[in-house]
Amino acid sequence: MSFVEVDEVSRVFHKRSLFSKSQGVQALKNVSLSIQQGETYALVGESGSGKSTLARIVVGVDNASSGQVSIAGHQISTSMPKENRRDIQMVFQSPYASLNPRWRVHDLVAEPLRAFGITQGRKATVQRVTELLEQVGLQADDARKFPHQFSGGQRQRISIARALSSNPKFIVCDEPTSALDVSVQAQVLNLLKDLQSELGLTYLFITHDLAVVKTMAHQIGVLKQGVLIEEQSADDLFASPQHQYTKDLLAAAPVLSVA
Amino acid sequence: MIARWLDSDFVYSLLRTPTALISLIICLVLAACALFAPWIAPTDPFDMSSIDLMNGFTPPGVANEFTGEQFFLGSDDQGRDLYSAILYGLRVSLFVGFASVILAMTLGVTLGLLAGYLGGWVDAVIMRIADIQMTFPSILVAMLIYGVARGILPPNARADMAITVLILSIGLSEWVSFARTVRGTTIVEKQKEYITASRLIGLSHLNIMARHILPNVINPILVIGTITLALAIIAEATLSFLGVGAPPTEPSLGTLIRVGQDFLFSGQWWIIFFPAVTLLVLALSFNLLGDWLRDFYNPRLS
Repeated sequence: MSFVEVDEVSRVFHKRSLFSKSQGVQALKNVSLSIQQGETYALVGESGSGKSTLARIVVGVDNASSGQVSIAGHQISTSMPKENRRDIQMVFQSPYASLNPRWRVHDLVAEPLRAFGITQGRKATVQRVTELLEQVGLQADDARKFPHQFSGGQRQRISIARALSSNPKFIVCDEPTSALDVSVQAQVLNLLKDLQSELGLTYLFITHDLAVVKTMAHQIGVLKQGVLIEEQSADDLFASPQHQYTKDLLAAAPVLSVA
Repeated sequence: MIARWLDSDFVYSLLRTPTALISLIICLVLAACALFAPWIAPTDPFDMSSIDLMNGFTPPGVANEFTGEQFFLGSDDQGRDLYSAILYGLRVSLFVGFASVILAMTLGVTLGLLAGYLGGWVDAVIMRIADIQMTFPSILVAMLIYGVARGILPPNARADMAITVLILSIGLSEWVSFARTVRGTTIVEKQKEYITASRLIGLSHLNIMARHILPNVINPILVIGTITLALAIIAEATLSFLGVGAPPTEPSLGTLIRVGQDFLFSGQWWIIFFPAVTLLVLALSFNLLGDWLRDFYNPRLS
């Protein structure tokens, strides 16, 4: 059994209304995928394809309507025991909305440390936060600042430091670079890649940008209107896409030639 | 710390908005007057033994024709020093105002957070109650609560409980504006990704509401709180003026105005004039301060 198993997951959103019969919107339809430990699985799809819904289900902040997710042998749901949550973390799309603007960087990064009781005492927490900040390329002094004092790329680094603080084995990256400049995108992607080889992390990488996928992914899944229409290893998918939609996606992506 | 605070945008904007600065100074001076009334006031207006009926109706700044005593702002029909009475009245008005705003704020923020965060039927129930209450003028709601509370209390407890009942009735009539604002901001905040970040490490909803959402809804609360304070002071004065508020043994500015009204047409203008001006200045200052706060925190509105 693979490290991450998504088994026949469906999600229907009900629009509750007082005056009309409830109508369901099917965001995910029987999606199954598996991720090997230490690998990156890239989930590609356009807006509204159900990528983020799947991410929320995988990290256990939303429940599947049917089907199940297991990570490292633990069943994932909103009501799963807290200690099982340590292994799973997430890096978000918006560098602005993903950090509470009222909290200092220290408190943001230390929140998972406190929540799981990882460090004992203030001194140990400060030391761990410093280590984490340096690990993602920030400075110890930055702990005293507020998020608004950083650029978008630096904020994503804070987000990554927070995600690393609970020593996770699996990180869901929900379009972590789509709000950044191209040059900064590369830096953040390189950081994520370095961390993966250093810490043996497993990634579920959600994106609509195929250029990003090419540098990161081992395995690629294409999601369209809630259905996983194609799944291949990265090399195979770029070489011989099977589905027409995948071909269109590849054709539509701007070609980057690296000199 | 202080240097950094003095250098902040807040202080910068305050120092460059004369209306706000003057309002703040007036608010602080009046609050200090209220706080230190026992030391500032020349006489204790509630000490019956110090009051001489012969001093009644002394105009401001003129010596009494029988006793020769002078009063800065004149005296009332009982010979009470009006200046002292206003200082003590300010104390009651401000205390009732602050206490009822704190009550309204606590209630409104809690209910607004719950409604916005939990949604569903909790939201529906809380906001429908708020909507219903909004259709009545708040002074009417306050009078209703006041009447019910008076009815429940035994007669001998009524005088002692008058101030508490007053705070309760104003507080319960003003919570809606807090709840509506907090609910709106909460709905926006709870969809942001930092809430998901806390959810996925298994933090409780209570924890998220108190430590993540509450700090982000506090600015509009300060603005509404300041403006509601002005409203609460006026509401207290209105209730007292109508005779259902602060008892004559603990006169607020409203009670003084009601007493003074009896002598308006017999020429003793100062008995109503000075308490009324104090009330006006107090309410106006808090209102202007609130307006500035609103503009400061949300420049798009102006």
